[in-house]
Amino acid sequence: MSKADTADEGAALSWQSKQRRVVTVYVPLICFVIILLFPFYWMTITAIKPNAEMFDYKTYSPFWVVSPTLANINKLLFETSYPRWLFNTMLIAVCATVISLVASVLAAYAIQRLRFKGSAYVGLAIYIAYLVPPSILFIPLASMVFKLGLFDSPFALILTYPTFLIPFCTWLLIGYFKSIPYELEECALIDGASRLQILRRITLPLAVPGLISAGIFSFTLSWNEFIYALAFISSSENKTVPVAILTELVQGDVYQWGSLMAGSLLGSLPVAIFYSFFVDYYVSSLTGAVKE
Amino acid sequence: MATVDIRDVRKNFGSTAILHGVSVGIEDGEFVVLVGPSGCGKSTLLRMIAGLENITGGQVSIGDRVVNDVPPKDRDIAMVFQNYALYPHMTVRDNMAFSMTLAKAPKEVIETEVTRAARILGLEKLLDRFPRQLSGGQRQRVAMGRAIVRHPQVFLFDEPLSNLDAKLRVQMRAEIKDLHQRLKTTTIYVTHDQIEAMTMADKIVVMHGGHVEQIGAPLELYDRPANAFVAGFIGSPAMNLLPGTVQGGAFQPDGGGARWPLPAGAQATEGLRVTYGFRPEHLRLAPDGLPLTITLIEPTGSETQVTGRSGEALVVGAFRERITARVGEAIHVLPDTAQAHLFHGETGKRLNA
Repeated sequence: MSKADTADEGAALSWQSKQRRVVTVYVPLICFVIILLFPFYWMTITAIKPNAEMFDYKTYSPFWVVSPTLANINKLLFETSYPRWLFNTMLIAVCATVISLVASVLAAYAIQRLRFKGSAYVGLAIYIAYLVPPSILFIPLASMVFKLGLFDSPFALILTYPTFLIPFCTWLLIGYFKSIPYELEECALIDGASRLQILRRITLPLAVPGLISAGIFSFTLSWNEFIYALAFISSSENKTVPVAILTELVQGDVYQWGSLMAGSLLGSLPVAIFYSFFVDYYVSSLTGAVKE
Repeated sequence: MATVDIRDVRKNFGSTAILHGVSVGIEDGEFVVLVGPSGCGKSTLLRMIAGLENITGGQVSIGDRVVNDVPPKDRDIAMVFQNYALYPHMTVRDNMAFSMTLAKAPKEVIETEVTRAARILGLEKLLDRFPRQLSGGQRQRVAMGRAIVRHPQVFLFDEPLSNLDAKLRVQMRAEIKDLHQRLKTTTIYVTHDQIEAMTMADKIVVMHGGHVEQIGAPLELYDRPANAFVAGFIGSPAMNLLPGTVQGGAFQPDGGGARWPLPAGAQATEGLRVTYGFRPEHLRLAPDGLPLTITLIEPTGSETQVTGRSGEALVVGAFRERITARVGEAIHVLPDTAQAHLFHGETGKRLNA
């Protein structure tokens, strides 16, 4: 009996041992990180490679840069409208995110807390709307955009992105509001708060992690959106980064790899920075509820 | 402070009736406990008084005002919830000040009130902490503080102690009672714990299945339960309730065994199905009494609880004397007929005066 106990204890201890941890945790983790980060690495070194190195694998290792150059970035920033594209993308993403968040907060709160007749069906309908793929939706949307005279303006995208952002955010926030104890609102009701005061002073402050993750999702989705941006924008100066890189930096069958990669790198930085600020909230909103 | 009058209040959720016409009159400054097993409708009734549930039928008045259609914030009540419902993102001070901030009270008034409440509850040093930094008892006190800063006409408590451990529960029980004695505010308190009800209440309302079973002072309910349900619910260890019939002017339990003497003043015809009730402490050792075969002996020091079998029936007795008999042996006992009860077998209604 006691022998078995000590054997168990030994097993438990060896599980905790350093070698064990290296094999079970660190090695897989490192593999994972390498696989995930390699595209970024490739993007970065291509962005600072001179053309001579880029196409000559025999003399130069493809995984390294011998004489880094800023020529590609220089070209991107000063010979194309890249800053303009970046600004467009930023403007559209921020506006679409703000519109979607405001609408989703109100919708999610109404569906989850007011419990009006048929609220469950409304919730379901919103979710089903999210399931319609953009590649189908962009045709009717295009005709609406034309009729409203919004074609080739940032509003075409600012107003169409919420069609997929609002359903998504609403669902995320319904789940988050559900995790906030209802007693808090009842208590506030007795304390003399109106519905809007409850939303503003109790529910929203507690839902900040949920709002942040909804915001990050919306921002990222709008930032990376491709189909609508390709369909609704035609003039070069109104394009967003993902579309512009592809349509303006690939001329015929000539790929300007250096500028392309520099454009992708600069284009993904804002999102990465945005994420890094809010990563704690983001994780907590996806993994846990409100803690007292 | 105010009276609360609950008159024939009904509640349906869809087609399910939860409360079947409940009437309770509550005096100014009284401490009333609604007690009953879970699902009896006591919390629903409290929430209806608070205005968190609408009233299907009947009438609730606070003071002289019918409040059926008055929103919660205008009812001049304060409620303490089971899980305290403290706002997690606000400090203790802000939690307590929240209602006054909403009412746009002047800063000095808020400060005075919060300080006063904090002093009453011993929370002065915790005012700048957040709820997550407090222990269960402290959170409980903050929840009460939030209620008393408002000087409400009525305090409502919804099972406020059930999240606390046993020791703290006893302590907070005393604190709530003490608070009531100091503030003299009308209080309605919901619990499923009959000991809480017995120790705290001026008046107990025993509820069961959406009906009021009995209303009365704690000892009144203990000494003269109106029916078999109240008899079994109030008191710990629980009252012995034996089913049987009246035969030859005595009680014959089902399954045979010796007959028990009927309680004093019992109005029962021969052959009537009845429930015979007596509390464990009202059983005494008597050499000429009924034989009881001991199945369990539990000494607690001050008294000894003995479980035994008389015929088919299991009977619990609590004796001040030391019991020398062992399990399997028989002792002879008699119930105190002045303190025994007889209930109708079907309706459960009390049969002796």
